[in-house]
Amino acid sequence: MTHTQQTVQGGEASAHPHLKRHTISVLVENKFGAFVRVAGMFSAKGYNIDSLSVGPTEEEDISRMTIVTRGDDQIIEQITKQLNKLIDTIKVVDLTFESFVERELVLVKVQSTQSSRSEIMQIAEIFRAKVVDISAKSLTLEATGSQQKVDAIIKMLKPFGIKELARTGRVALKREFHGEV
Amino acid sequence: MSAHKVTGTQKQSSRMMTGAEMFVRCLIEEGVEVVFGYPGGATIGIYDALVDLSHIKHVLVRHEQGATHAAEGYAKATGKPGVVLVTSGPGATNTVTGIADAFMDSIPIVVFTGQVALPLIGNDAFQEADIVGITRPITKHNYLVRDVNELAKTIKEAFYIATTGRPGPVLVDLPKDVMAQKGVFDYPDSVELRSYKPVTDGHLKQIKKAADLINAAKRPVLYVGGGVIQSNAAAELTKLAETLQCPVTTTLHGLGAYPENAPLALGMLGMHGTWYSNVAVQYCDVLIAVGARFDDRVTGKVDAFAAEAKKIHIDIDPSAISKNVPVDVPIVGDVKAVLKKLLESVHPLDTKDWLATIEQWKREHPLRYRSGDAIRAQYVIQKLGEITGGNAVVVTDVGQHQMWTAQFFNWIHPRSHITSGGLGTMGFSLPAAMGASFGRKDVPVVSISGDGGFQMNSQEMMTIVEHKLPIKIFVINNGFLGMVRQWQELFWRRRYSHVGLQNPDFVKLAEAYGCPGYRVQHASEVEDIIRTAFERKDGPVLVEFVVAQEDNVYPMIPAGQTVNEIIDFPEAVAKPSNGVPEEALMTVIKGQPLQTLVEQKL
Repeated sequence: MTHTQQTVQGGEASAHPHLKRHTISVLVENKFGAFVRVAGMFSAKGYNIDSLSVGPTEEEDISRMTIVTRGDDQIIEQITKQLNKLIDTIKVVDLTFESFVERELVLVKVQSTQSSRSEIMQIAEIFRAKVVDISAKSLTLEATGSQQKVDAIIKMLKPFGIKELARTGRVALKREFHGEV
Repeated sequence: MSAHKVTGTQKQSSRMMTGAEMFVRCLIEEGVEVVFGYPGGATIGIYDALVDLSHIKHVLVRHEQGATHAAEGYAKATGKPGVVLVTSGPGATNTVTGIADAFMDSIPIVVFTGQVALPLIGNDAFQEADIVGITRPITKHNYLVRDVNELAKTIKEAFYIATTGRPGPVLVDLPKDVMAQKGVFDYPDSVELRSYKPVTDGHLKQIKKAADLINAAKRPVLYVGGGVIQSNAAAELTKLAETLQCPVTTTLHGLGAYPENAPLALGMLGMHGTWYSNVAVQYCDVLIAVGARFDDRVTGKVDAFAAEAKKIHIDIDPSAISKNVPVDVPIVGDVKAVLKKLLESVHPLDTKDWLATIEQWKREHPLRYRSGDAIRAQYVIQKLGEITGGNAVVVTDVGQHQMWTAQFFNWIHPRSHITSGGLGTMGFSLPAAMGASFGRKDVPVVSISGDGGFQMNSQEMMTIVEHKLPIKIFVINNGFLGMVRQWQELFWRRRYSHVGLQNPDFVKLAEAYGCPGYRVQHASEVEDIIRTAFERKDGPVLVEFVVAQEDNVYPMIPAGQTVNEIIDFPEAVAKPSNGVPEEALMTVIKGQPLQTLVEQKL
């Protein structure tokens, strides 16, 4: 069951402005309990998790976990070491020191009336979000992007009334293209 | 499975057999001599296989906690992994304290637990407990075996992981049905795990940097931990200390890594370490930490610990480095391998002035205790050290007697000191001494407990008697949970809360188990009774020392404070009106003749 998408969402970074945000990519053996070992290590040692997602990779016996965490240099160093110490961990990369792409997906169910529906759809268009479900009283949108973009669309939709919301947590990969983007 | 390349040659012994038989054959392949265990419903098949394959000695403990501590004691005394076999549910949960203890103190043990059959897992079946889940944060790694064809490979990996890198406990959960399945037994020759490759050779650049720091040092101190003993590097360490003429202080687990009768020895450091070791660390300019982890009982307030010193840290575990105290030169690697390399690039230092200063500190602030007719625990330990000449395996419990033993015994040899350091598990000594005794026939084994800790695993008296283990069981009875009492006295305005102990008659208790028991109450009897205890070779002997009730362990650096707050030895010698001191003040400098100071101003 290690390939089930699992996400833990933590608090906002603004609560601890002095702690730097790090995106850490961890390759682990796709084995029973590997996810719990990583998540358990974070809770046992009292480290923050802003977001944690896990899923399969191009190799079927390896899973990739993307962990967004915060801490000063010493804490981040310990997190990296503790992750490496777990027997099932194959590789740990702190992407923060590299150029990387990071994406998150959100599903938002927004209250809608006949009068507000078109306005919501305009917002969706600006954010290149898709309408994936519709009813007389609600619209469900799917949006993808950086955390900031996802935060922004949620903020814009809030005044209409958000009935339910689900975020995947961030996934990230190192960038190979080093020119200007 | 491509993830783990386990290389193995098809052996002659390969044949179809049950998981249970396979399990026993795996232990034989690993060279296991002794298993500490307790049978039950989920392991009944494995125990059946033990009937025919009797190459392995199975020791039936009287409580599963005793089994894990015995495995720890065996591992620490021999350097070989300790093995435990228990049943599911309560059998498994009873091993938890021992596993946590082994995890904290980096002791290689492999714990096999029975489990309910795979289809019943998660059903709240009889004697079911999620022991893999429970022990995940306190094992180096753990496994649930789901297929008999994975069994041999898993056991091979378990022993490999437990004994390599920073050693630690590994648990393997064995469902009943898997152990009844048949498969082909093929034990792998070696293990190759892509996700686990401990670094053993230190980085040469780092070693060079360390050598440069050391070669420029004027006031160096070697701070030596259990890693030196674990990696069998006592000889290399001694050579380094003597080449550099560098004083050596050891942690609780480092005791025995460097002989305390050598002039460079400072004894133990930390909360109850010697005054001069703590002060030397505080004023050193280069601190060389070897196989030690900057534990809070060593450092006190971390920011103030050896604040002025450049720090070198040699450790096999990268995560131990800069965890508590930032260091200048970290070296990840096996202590023995790193010290060998380091020895090639350091040269003798001129430390005469530094050593002279330390000698003066030793004279001015020796370890001290009061001595009179009432027995002092310190005196018992000191006599034990003299009588054995340090040639014994001494296994302590947790509390005041543990610190007094660390301070006053004459530590000469690696693997002569076994204790529960990190977790601080009361009840550790007796079963751990039992395990040590199975592994070591060359030297006497002594178990020292307080009256509290002894009662936490006293059931293992029976196992010890059954196997005629010649363990000297010393119970230091002060009628108190002494260390807690000491803290209540010093830091809680002497408001004693639940620290007084009502005890059984320990002599009668020993006799009930079939073990000779003695009680001594006067200092004059101590030496004779120790000699009597050491004369018995064909079974255990218990001696209860009734000691002064309210004595404190000094020196003491209160928790979280600095060496500036050290309490050296606050008590003056009592002087009755006739002018003759009732008690003498004993001062002890390791490796120097005992002095009795009467009426000396402190």
